[in-house]
Amino acid sequence: MGSFQSLPDDHQYRTLSQKTGFSLEQIAILHNRFKQLSQNEETLRRDDLKTIQDLESNPIRSQIIEAFFDSRNFQKEGVGSVEEIGFEEFLTVMSYFRAPPQHITEEQREEMRRAKLRFLFNMHDTDNDGTITLEEYRHVVEELLSRSGALGRETAKGIADAAMLEVASISVGPMAPDEFYEGITFEHFLKILNGVEIETRMHIRFLNMDATVLCK
Amino acid sequence: RDWRTGCFDEECFGVLKMFILVLGLLVGSLMPLGGAASSPDTGTGHGGSHGNKDPGYAKNGNGTTYSKKPFPVLSFDYEHVRLPFEISLWVLLASLMKLGFHLIPRVSSIVPESCLLIVVGLLVGGLIKLVGEDPPVLESKIFFFYLLPPIILDAGYFMPIRQFTENLGTILMFAVVGTLWNSFFVGGLLYGVCQLEGHKLAYVDLLSCLLFGSIISAVDPVAVLAVFEEIHINELLHILVFGESLLNDAVTVVLYHLFEEYSSVGLITVTDVFLGIVCFLVVSLGGIVVGAIYGILAAFTSRFTSHTRVIEPLFVFVYSYMAYLSAEVFHLSGIMALIACGAVMRPYVEANISHKSHTTIKYFLKMWSSVSDTLIFIFLGVSTVAGPHQWNWTFVVATLIFCLVARVLGVVGLTFVINKFRIVKLTSKDQFIIAYGGLRGAIAFSLVYLLNPEHFPMRNMFLTAIITVIFFTVFVQGMTIRPLVDLLAVKKKQETKRSINEEIHTQFLDHLLTGIEDICGHYGHHHWKDKLNRFNKKYVKKCLIAGERSKEPQLIAFYHKMEMKQAIELVESGGGSKLPSALPSTVSMQNIQPKKPSQDRALPQLSKAREEEIRKILRTNLQRTRQRLRSYNRHTLIADPYEDGWNEMLIKRKKMKELEKKISQMNNYLTVPAPPPDSPTIARARLASDPQAWGLKSVTESIPTIKVDLASPQSPESVNVVDEFSKKGSQPKEEEGGLTMKVPSPAKQRKDKTPDEEPQQRLMRCLSDPGPAAEEEDEDEPFLP
Repeated sequence: MGSFQSLPDDHQYRTLSQKTGFSLEQIAILHNRFKQLSQNEETLRRDDLKTIQDLESNPIRSQIIEAFFDSRNFQKEGVGSVEEIGFEEFLTVMSYFRAPPQHITEEQREEMRRAKLRFLFNMHDTDNDGTITLEEYRHVVEELLSRSGALGRETAKGIADAAMLEVASISVGPMAPDEFYEGITFEHFLKILNGVEIETRMHIRFLNMDATVLCK
Repeated sequence: RDWRTGCFDEECFGVLKMFILVLGLLVGSLMPLGGAASSPDTGTGHGGSHGNKDPGYAKNGNGTTYSKKPFPVLSFDYEHVRLPFEISLWVLLASLMKLGFHLIPRVSSIVPESCLLIVVGLLVGGLIKLVGEDPPVLESKIFFFYLLPPIILDAGYFMPIRQFTENLGTILMFAVVGTLWNSFFVGGLLYGVCQLEGHKLAYVDLLSCLLFGSIISAVDPVAVLAVFEEIHINELLHILVFGESLLNDAVTVVLYHLFEEYSSVGLITVTDVFLGIVCFLVVSLGGIVVGAIYGILAAFTSRFTSHTRVIEPLFVFVYSYMAYLSAEVFHLSGIMALIACGAVMRPYVEANISHKSHTTIKYFLKMWSSVSDTLIFIFLGVSTVAGPHQWNWTFVVATLIFCLVARVLGVVGLTFVINKFRIVKLTSKDQFIIAYGGLRGAIAFSLVYLLNPEHFPMRNMFLTAIITVIFFTVFVQGMTIRPLVDLLAVKKKQETKRSINEEIHTQFLDHLLTGIEDICGHYGHHHWKDKLNRFNKKYVKKCLIAGERSKEPQLIAFYHKMEMKQAIELVESGGGSKLPSALPSTVSMQNIQPKKPSQDRALPQLSKAREEEIRKILRTNLQRTRQRLRSYNRHTLIADPYEDGWNEMLIKRKKMKELEKKISQMNNYLTVPAPPPDSPTIARARLASDPQAWGLKSVTESIPTIKVDLASPQSPESVNVVDEFSKKGSQPKEEEGGLTMKVPSPAKQRKDKTPDEEPQQRLMRCLSDPGPAAEEEDEDEPFLP
C-alpha cells in the first residue's frame, strides 16, 4: 500500500479494480468523492467524515465512521483502529456494499455473505475480542434508540437482554444456572442472522450500475 | 388417522344433513314464488311480471269484499322477509360449504377451495334450473359494491408494505405494461381470427375485440388470493402476483371505459389515445389520493377513540368503504383507493386502538372476505348454469390459447427487462410461477356482464368465452399449481417468526446503508426512505397517534408486540404448572449477565443483629412467595397493557422510578448486580430452571410487560404479588427469585405512589379476591432505615 498519486493512475485503478471488484468508472467516481471529502489530501480523517451534514441525523453515525477506520475491515489480521485512511482502504470498506454479481456459485455467495456479516460483526465488537458481549450489544441497541429520548434509553437494556437471551438459546441451547454465556461469537452471529438475506440487502444500489452516476 | 376418519363419519354426516336442509330450503323458497323475481340478484328482465301461479299463496288481491274470518293464530307470510331470508340462506350455504370442505381432508388437499365452490355453484344452479326457476346471476352491482370491497380491504390492510415497496417497480411493470400487452395481443389476434373465420364472426369489430381483450387480460385478485393462499409460496412471488392483480385495476378501468365509449363510434383517434393515457394517470393517482385522504381521516379519528373503544373497528371499515365508494363516484380506481386507504391508515390506527379492537378488525375482515370469496365462486357456478350462452368453438378456443400465450410471452419479455434493474433477479422458476399464477376470475365476468347487449350483440359469446377461460384457469391452473410448486421446488414461505435480533439488525442495516449513501454523497433509495421516515416521525405521527405512543420508535413497538405475543402464548399454553414443551431453553439472565466479583466484596459491614433480621425477612418472604406462586389462575391475567391509559400510568411510574433510582444510588445496600428488568421472555426461561423462581419482577427500567399473575384465587395475597412487585424501587434479588427488597424510600413518596397503584390494584381486585393490600405494604417496611 504505497502512496497513492493524486492523479488518477490507470494502472493503480486496475489493481484496485481487481482487488475490490469495482469497475474503473466506479473507482473514478469514488475517488472523486474521496478527494472531495478529504479536501484533496491523500488521506481521510474522522473529522472529514464528521463534516458530512446528512450524517448528523443518523443514530449510528459514530459507529459507521469508526468502521472506516477499523483496520480489521481492510486488513486480514488487522488489529485496532487507525487515525487516517487512504483511498485504497476507503474503497475496500466500500466494497463490502457491493451486490452479488449475477452468476456466482454457492460458495462465492456464502463467502460474500460471511464477509458482509464479518463487517457487521466488527462494527458491534468494539473491543476486538472476537465476541460481542452483553455490554457491547446493549450499546448497539442504545445507539439505535438514541434518538428516542428517555423512553429509548430505558427500553434499550431490556431489548438487548432479550436479544442476547435469544442468541444464547439458539446457539447454545439449555444452560445450567451456573454456566455463563460469554458473548456472541462470529459463528453464533451467523446463525441468528440466517434468515436475513444479507448478501442482497446489504448493498448500495448505485455501486451496482456501470453507468456513471452523479455524485454530489 | 383414526380420529380423522371418525370425525369424517360423524361430523361430515351432520354437515351433509345441514347442507341438504339448506339446499332444500333454498330451492323451496324459490319455488312458491312461481317465476317472480326469484332472488334479489336478478333485478333485470325476469321481473315480477308473472303473476303468482300458486293460488294458495296469493294474497287477497282479487276479492274486494272481506268476509270476517276467524283470527289467524298462525299465518305464513314469506313475502315480507324474502329478501333478507334469501341472502342469509345463501350466506349460510356458502359458509357450510366452506366448513364441509375442510372436514374432508383428502379432497381439500388436492382441489383448491375455489374449484369446489364453483362445482357447488354449478350443482345448485342445476338444481334450481331443474325445479324450473331461473337461477340468480351474479349481478354486477352486488358484486362490485358488496362482495368485492371486503376482499380488497382485507388484502390492503394486511399488505406487507416493506416487500411491496421494495418490489414496486417490478409490480408496476407487470401490472401496467403486462396488462396492456395482454389486452392488445389478445384483442388484436382475436380480431384477426374473427375476420378469418368469416361467416359467423365477421360482425365482431376491432374495438369490441380490444374491449374483450382488455377485460380478459386482467389478473384477478380474488382468484389469485384464493389459490395462492393455499400453496404458501414464498413472499416475493406472492407479492408480485398479488400486487400485480391489484394494481392492474386502473389499467382495466381505463381501457374498459375507453373501448366501451368509442365502440359505438367505431373509431379511435390519436387524441383519444393520448387522453386515455392521461385518464390512466388520473384514475390511478386519483384513486390513491382519495384512499390516502380517507386513510388519514381514519387515523386521525382513531386518535380520539380512547374512550369509546367499542366502535373503533367501525371507523376502519366505514372510512375504507367510503373511500371505495368515493373513488367509484368519479370512476377512479376503487381498488387502488381501498388499498391506499388500508395501507396508509394501518400504522397509525394500530398504534392508537386497543388490542381487542385490533383483533376484532382482523377477524371481521377475514370473515367478510372469506364469505365474499365463497359467495363469489358459488355464484360464478350458478351464473354459468343460468347465463345466456352462445358457444362458438373457434372464438372460445382461440381466446384460451391467446390468453395463455400472451401471458407467457408477456412475463418472459418483461422479466428480461426488469432483471436489468433488480438486485434479486427473477429466475425462470419464478417466471413460470408468475405466468402460471395469472388467474382470471369474477371481475372479468362482472365486467362483461355489465356490457349493454344492444351495443354489443356478441355479449353472450363473450360471456361464454370468459367463463370458459375462468374455469380453465381456476380449475386446471389452480389445481395443478400446487404439485408444480412442489415439483419445481419453489421456495416456500418461511414460517419462522421474526426474531428480535433480526429486527434489530434490520433497523441497523437501514441506518448503516443510509449512512454509507451519505458518505458516498449519493442520494439513493435509502436516503429518501430515511428522510420519509424522519418526516413521518416528526410531524405525521404526532398528529395521528394519540399520547405518548407517537414517540415510540419502531424497535420498541416491535419488542412490546413480541412480548405480548409470548405472554399470551404462555398463558394459553397453561402457564406455570405445565411448561410448554417448545421451550427447552433454560438460558436465564444469570447466564448472560457478566459477573462482577469485585463488587461482591463491597458489602457494607452490618452488625450481627441486623444480619439476622435480614436473614429472617428474606426467609419469610421467600417462603411466602413460594406459597403464593404455586398455582396458576388464568383469570388474574391483566389484559391489554395498551388499554385504559396503561401507558400513561407507566410513563408516570417511569418518572417516579427515575427519582427512586437517584435515591437508591445512595442507599443501596445490596451491590450484587441487580438483574436487568425481566420480560416474560426472561421470566419464562428462568421458570424452566427454577419453577419457584417464577416471579413478576418489578420493572426497574419500566418495560411495560404483561404481568401474568400466578397465584391461586383463594390466596388473599394474589393481589399483592403484583402490587408488591410494582412497588416503586423494589429490586428483585436474583438468586432468591421472586423476592423483593425494598429500597428505603422516603415516606412522602408513598403517597405519590398509591394513586398510581390504585388503578392497578383495582384491576387486580376485580379479577381476584381483594387482598389485604394495605397490610402487606406495612409488612414490607424497609428493614434498613
